[in-house]
Amino acid sequence: MPWTTVQVEKLDSFFISGDFTGDRVLTYREALHEAFDQSLARDPRVFIMGEGVDDVAGVFGTTKGLKEKYGADRVFDTPIAENSLTGIAAGAAMAGLRPILIHARMDFLLLSFDQLVNHASKWCYMFGGKVKIPLVVRTISARGWGSGAQHSQCIQGMLMNVPGLKIVAPATPYDAKGLMISAIIDSNPVLFVEHRWLHKTTGHVPEELYSIPIGKGVIRRKGEDITIVAISYMLVEALKAAEKLQEAGISAEVIDPRTLKPLDEQILVESVAKTGRLLITDTGCKTGSVASEIAAVAAEKAFHLLKKPIKRVCCPDTPTPTSDVLEKAFYPNADDIFNEAVKLVRE
Amino acid sequence: MSIVMDDSKLLEMYRTMQLIRLIEQRINDEYKYDEIKTPIHLSIGQEAVAAGVCIHLRKDDYIFGTHRSHSQYIAKGGDIQKMISELYLRKTGCASGRGGSMHLVDPEVGIFGSSAIVGGSIPLGTGTALASKLQKNDRVTVVFFGDGAADEGTFHESLNFAALKKLPVVYVCENNFYAINSHQLSRQVGDNIYKWAQSYGMPGYQIDGNDVLEVFKYAEEAISRCRNGEGPTMIECLTYRWKGHIGTVDDVGEGYRPKEEYDYWVSRCPIKRFSEYLKNKGILTDELIKKIDQEIYDLIDEVFRVAQNSPKPSPDELLDFVYAD
Ligand SMILES: Cc1ncc(C[n+]2csc(CCOP(=O)(O)OP(=O)(O)O)c2C)c(N)n1
Ligand SMILES: [Mg+2]
Repeated sequence: MPWTTVQVEKLDSFFISGDFTGDRVLTYREALHEAFDQSLARDPRVFIMGEGVDDVAGVFGTTKGLKEKYGADRVFDTPIAENSLTGIAAGAAMAGLRPILIHARMDFLLLSFDQLVNHASKWCYMFGGKVKIPLVVRTISARGWGSGAQHSQCIQGMLMNVPGLKIVAPATPYDAKGLMISAIIDSNPVLFVEHRWLHKTTGHVPEELYSIPIGKGVIRRKGEDITIVAISYMLVEALKAAEKLQEAGISAEVIDPRTLKPLDEQILVESVAKTGRLLITDTGCKTGSVASEIAAVAAEKAFHLLKKPIKRVCCPDTPTPTSDVLEKAFYPNADDIFNEAVKLVRE
Repeated sequence: MSIVMDDSKLLEMYRTMQLIRLIEQRINDEYKYDEIKTPIHLSIGQEAVAAGVCIHLRKDDYIFGTHRSHSQYIAKGGDIQKMISELYLRKTGCASGRGGSMHLVDPEVGIFGSSAIVGGSIPLGTGTALASKLQKNDRVTVVFFGDGAADEGTFHESLNFAALKKLPVVYVCENNFYAINSHQLSRQVGDNIYKWAQSYGMPGYQIDGNDVLEVFKYAEEAISRCRNGEGPTMIECLTYRWKGHIGTVDDVGEGYRPKEEYDYWVSRCPIKRFSEYLKNKGILTDELIKKIDQEIYDLIDEVFRVAQNSPKPSPDELLDFVYAD
């Protein structure tokens, strides 16, 4: 069993309510599987490729059985050549297909920057809109069980600086399915950022196909005293922190941007207008993170609304350590969010 | 070499080579006026490769090129007006002024865009070939690149993938021996890029890229292998660029390329060799040469005049095309 599975199996499953009601509850990974299954069935242009997508583990269960169902032409394993595979997927997209390329670790995405950044993301602009690249690049960040410096990175912040690339980072099963479908039907390259610790999260998910607009955030919890913007897995920690804050008499509003680029600036500004305090929490290292960008947007557009300086709760600027002791010190959690939020509100 | 081919095809290849040569020369001549405000990489001396390959391609086949891809664009039938307007960075250019000389595009004839990243378009062309296979059509992709691109990982990764999946793609290396000023032998252990292709499990050939009939023959076989589902081929075409790497400079002697080497290759001019062949066969006459040249000059005058008088993009269009709708 992959070591991150060992880790993930130890986690409590976390239920996020509010997306949708009904009695159908799925895990994040089941929701993704359903998005792939239904998209493959609906659109013959869709295909999935990546290292290990057709093996018994099926990318943590998210692609399991799809090769058997749709054939080896539409769900297939690849050589370990991340850069060229990204270009190959982009080329197939130019010719009218809708590829989904999977990197089981976000760290491996770094090998593909040439094709992702220099090519796929720029193609539409560089050729005056003549060629489109409807491509989904799905990446999964791992964490824990000694994943170490090369198997745990959350580098979405780096990619905020790439024009032409859309980035989504769903945190709930409902959003995972809806945004995957949106990414597949979009005419641009979309980076689909996942976190391994979200795979066990549960939530209501309708059976039918649906999409979620790219570029729209949601308020996960309404509040008055402080705005907490939480990205990807940090939403789970933020919601736990908000619960504790409530007990301490602080009402926190939790915002989930869902899409990192283009960012929903309106939801951010409106919330800050109400609370006057902003804490942003991201899964990546602090400098140049998505949190940095959100902070910059708030400074530009909502400076006059802020009563206190903005706070970022991120990983420190160090490679991920492997030692369990150091790992624990490295990752911020609900307590850190709680403590910083209390300082912002009370001090 | 005995090739059974009708005269019209031979003349078409001649015309294509001459079209490339004369357009490149005109670009060269106009460059000093500073109105073509984009880096250019001329293909003078290398015309036979694109001409001998693209003659076999249908409109719906795909090609990919590099920073040096005027010749391929012309040979594949890209819109020449839009190409020259693009060099002048006009709104009416093939990439609406967002691309320039290194980024030519004409999806109507299967040109999905050239890349200025060395080796960058090799995966893309491998990807359109994958699409042909998955879509079960018989469209062929040809990827053109230089000897420098064979240094890159994309070359090796892509060839492996194409062979593994038996994709309908032909890799055409225009080996002009140099990457900027760096000779192939200072970058690669051997002088046989085609052997890499063989070890990846596809036919690989090294041929005289200044002999358009030889290019024609090898390309014909490679492309028909693709159409028959027999997988990829690589053709390494030995050729030579006459101009310096970039712009209109000449870089012969003075510590750059040896004069003797340059003279040797100029003596093997692909157009001169082919026109002599055609004349000997009675297919081409001095009169016909004149007539073809005149037609080409007329076309060139027209496209340059139109390009120079076309509107530039306006600043308020800066953000257009970042995303497709
Ligand atoms: C990835 C990358 N590295 C370096 C360069 C700079 N560069 C531009 S052209 C060139 C030489 C390419 O040589 P080759 O592939 O043989 O093509 P040729 O210019 O001879 O047609 C180099 C190194 C680049 N454009 N892209
Ligand atoms: Mg070269």
